[in-house]
Amino acid sequence: MRHRLLVKVPFWLTYFFLYTPVVVLVAMSFSAGDSPYAFEGFSPRWYGELAGDDEILHGLVNTLIVAAGSAALSTVLGTLLAVGAGRDRRSRLLDAVTLLPAVVPDLLLAIGLLVFYAAVQLTLGLHSVLLAHTVFGTAFVAALVRTRLAHTDPSLEEASRDLGATPLTTFVRITLPSLAPGVAAGALLAFTLSVDEFVIAFFTAAPTEPTLPVVVYSMVRFGVTPEINALATLLLAVSFTAVVAAQRLSRTTTHGAPEATG
Amino acid sequence: MKRWPLTGPRLMKRWPLTGPGLTYLTVLMVVPLGLVLSYAFLRRGRFGGVVYQPTIENLTRLADPLYADVVLHSTWTAALTTFLALLFGYPTAYVIAGLPRRRQTIALIAVVLPFWTSFLIRVYAWIVLLSGPGWLNKALRAVGLGPVDVLYTDAAVVTGLLYAYLPLMILPLYASLVRLDPQVREAAANLGAGPWTTFRTVTLPLTLPGVLTGCLFVFVPSFGNFVVPELLGGGRSVMVGNLIRDQFLKARDWPFGSALALALLAVLMVLLLAQAWAARRYATR
Amino acid sequence: MRGLRAVGAVAAGLALFLVTGCGEEGSRSNGPDALDPKADITKQSLTVSIWDGYSPEDLPARVKDDLGVPVKIAHHATNEEIMAKLTAGGAGGDSDSGIDVAFVSGQYAQALNEAGLLEPIHADLIPNLKNLYPEAQKLAYDKGNTFSVPYTWGTTGICYRTDLVKQPPTSWNDLLNPPPALKKKVTMMTTERWLALPALKALGHSVNTTSDQELDAARTLLLKAKKNLLAYDDTTFGDRLTKGESAMAEAWDGWCPTSDPKIEFTVPKEGSDLWVDTMVVLKSSKNKEAAHALINYILDPEIHSWAAENILYKVPNKAAMEQLDPKVLEANAPLRMTPAELLKGESIVDVGEAATKYTRLSTEVAAGS
Repeated sequence: MRHRLLVKVPFWLTYFFLYTPVVVLVAMSFSAGDSPYAFEGFSPRWYGELAGDDEILHGLVNTLIVAAGSAALSTVLGTLLAVGAGRDRRSRLLDAVTLLPAVVPDLLLAIGLLVFYAAVQLTLGLHSVLLAHTVFGTAFVAALVRTRLAHTDPSLEEASRDLGATPLTTFVRITLPSLAPGVAAGALLAFTLSVDEFVIAFFTAAPTEPTLPVVVYSMVRFGVTPEINALATLLLAVSFTAVVAAQRLSRTTTHGAPEATG
Repeated sequence: MKRWPLTGPRLMKRWPLTGPGLTYLTVLMVVPLGLVLSYAFLRRGRFGGVVYQPTIENLTRLADPLYADVVLHSTWTAALTTFLALLFGYPTAYVIAGLPRRRQTIALIAVVLPFWTSFLIRVYAWIVLLSGPGWLNKALRAVGLGPVDVLYTDAAVVTGLLYAYLPLMILPLYASLVRLDPQVREAAANLGAGPWTTFRTVTLPLTLPGVLTGCLFVFVPSFGNFVVPELLGGGRSVMVGNLIRDQFLKARDWPFGSALALALLAVLMVLLLAQAWAARRYATR
Repeated sequence: MRGLRAVGAVAAGLALFLVTGCGEEGSRSNGPDALDPKADITKQSLTVSIWDGYSPEDLPARVKDDLGVPVKIAHHATNEEIMAKLTAGGAGGDSDSGIDVAFVSGQYAQALNEAGLLEPIHADLIPNLKNLYPEAQKLAYDKGNTFSVPYTWGTTGICYRTDLVKQPPTSWNDLLNPPPALKKKVTMMTTERWLALPALKALGHSVNTTSDQELDAARTLLLKAKKNLLAYDDTTFGDRLTKGESAMAEAWDGWCPTSDPKIEFTVPKEGSDLWVDTMVVLKSSKNKEAAHALINYILDPEIHSWAAENILYKVPNKAAMEQLDPKVLEANAPLRMTPAELLKGESIVDVGEAATKYTRLSTEVAAGS
């Protein structure tokens, strides 16, 4: 049974590696002391400090605006793009366009957009981040909706047309509902990616309108504070709830298509 | 040569649908990347920006050992990170793929969950763990070992990158392992192959596309990273990402920054082509 | 299909707006405006970019109360960062960073002015200029304060823990080549000119040198020093000293936490610099009257001394320094340095094209081993 051990040991090491920092962060977020290196009694103090930190709240509001806006725009553009390409298994133009933001390093896209905004003299603000995030958002939505499209049955649409429905009616009543899970997954992914995106926001946000990751970055550069532990714990709680909810939702609405993730 | 399916009359017919998206991506992705490409051949303005005089000076500067070393060092750091991710990621994905379906889901969510706490917080966690008075040294002292200076070394940078991107290795590996037909492995075993031989001759070749994808997913963001070397490297180690960032946000030398970005893209393109080549080779075998 | 076409048109229009709509903004004229001393500044609003922790936190609230001008604060971590933001559109001042007033060090103000990005200071709108020390009105980077107004000034030295450092440092060499016990217990700064400073001064060179030979020698020394460093740090060195992560740091006087009894600040015997952090008004600002009013407000003795007590940096304002709380003065030795002592330091000035040499030096040191 030696070979079982050969895979079991790295397996447990991986989870140990993944969760040690998480456990330390969550535990330390309840420490009363100033030091991130010693637990000095239980206290919700840092959550209070976090709630009263205007800079973080401002960043959070900015992040939510950008993520919601870019997710909405990405969903519209990406869904249209995927439907336009239809069920062509191989559409190289679309492959290239949707793959590019995934393989081009974020840093490259960030400097490209910085240079571009300077060239067209667009004053940086929240809108510049929103437009930037829509680039990769659109690509991911298009990719997810295309995957979904490949798994739907074209005969339903044909039937609808044969029965005399206009293309628009067919699209709204047949195509779109069957694509809904893909569209929803795409919108959710675009939103999530935007919330956590740092590099592009760092280059394209106005100095007065930082997003949450940009605020966290400058906090970390200015030293470690347990306030970040509290923020980490909250983010973890939110993601955990979201994952569980999404899991429940997908179990009741679809039969689960594992290919649609990743 | 195959014709592009989306050309001619079919493209025109679909333009109302694909037009907005394609226009958007062209304006905000293709044009900006094109600008970076062209700036690499222009002169820098004294106070930032560019002067419209063509030059290849920026590209020749890339040959300077100083910058070549940085590119080499980044390649090495990203490669080591990728190797370690594979070393831990493969067995992990292997075990997960063998779990009962429900527990598979839980194990996968557990892999992805830390990934959702925000990238910067994942990096920050390691400052707290690795610093001099931090938790690693506390643990070491508890078992009677001397303190180690890990923070602000290359080891800390690799740890941070590994932590940030390990899930990106595990997911594609899992996807290819779970698709593997268990009967194939059983057949190999029935034919008298030992576990190691089965793995080497059956499992590994069949999951190679997943391995390649995972490696790419870890290598690409590690290679261009500037946050981890800055925060965990203490400014003592420079990767190509830091260099590019600094040209744009410190030195105000956009043309040279663009040239460096081209170098970065070139390395990644070579890797992508190698990956595609390897994937095709194994597919036709 | 008509509905879809409409959606498409909206999206395409958006892309078009991006290209055309934004181009118009740049055609704005950028010649020097004549300022109107009677302009109603309460109708204006200001965006100010400053180092984090470099102004009292309630400054915006006080300005709103006293001047009626809403102020938004943006933070930059280093001079280089704010320079990049301000020069993103290239020289000539035709791009709008959205910032009205920026806080930058003297040599950077000089570079911004040469790039044509700064509004000349209208002295008639800042009567409080008279409060400045006479020495602060003829500083090397901007004699006569024509495009910048000094906010704080000081020098660079060694900040150390008296309990961890056996032999008090007296020379830059003590920082560059510390005793074995302090290995990995030292931090240095990484902003180009201050990265080079300890080595240049240890070698007896000018902090404004452009000689390749002198910079080469400095690089050798800095690379040797790197082996003993914990990290390069411009922002949290004080924090590290109080936490005991480090024992000695290259530091600006005001950020050396000397209110901690275990921590001392010293200027090495080879001498150091005189740096000045200034306030500048951007040419692209549409609120120049309010910007001048803000600078005038800060130079008010009461406000400026309040700022000094908050951030613990010396201000070049005679009237303000005279009314500083004696208790704060007592606790923080660097605040007691006189202008005469400060002027012993060499003024850092912009070195023009040679700035790239310093950029290269800092890359070489950061990447080297």
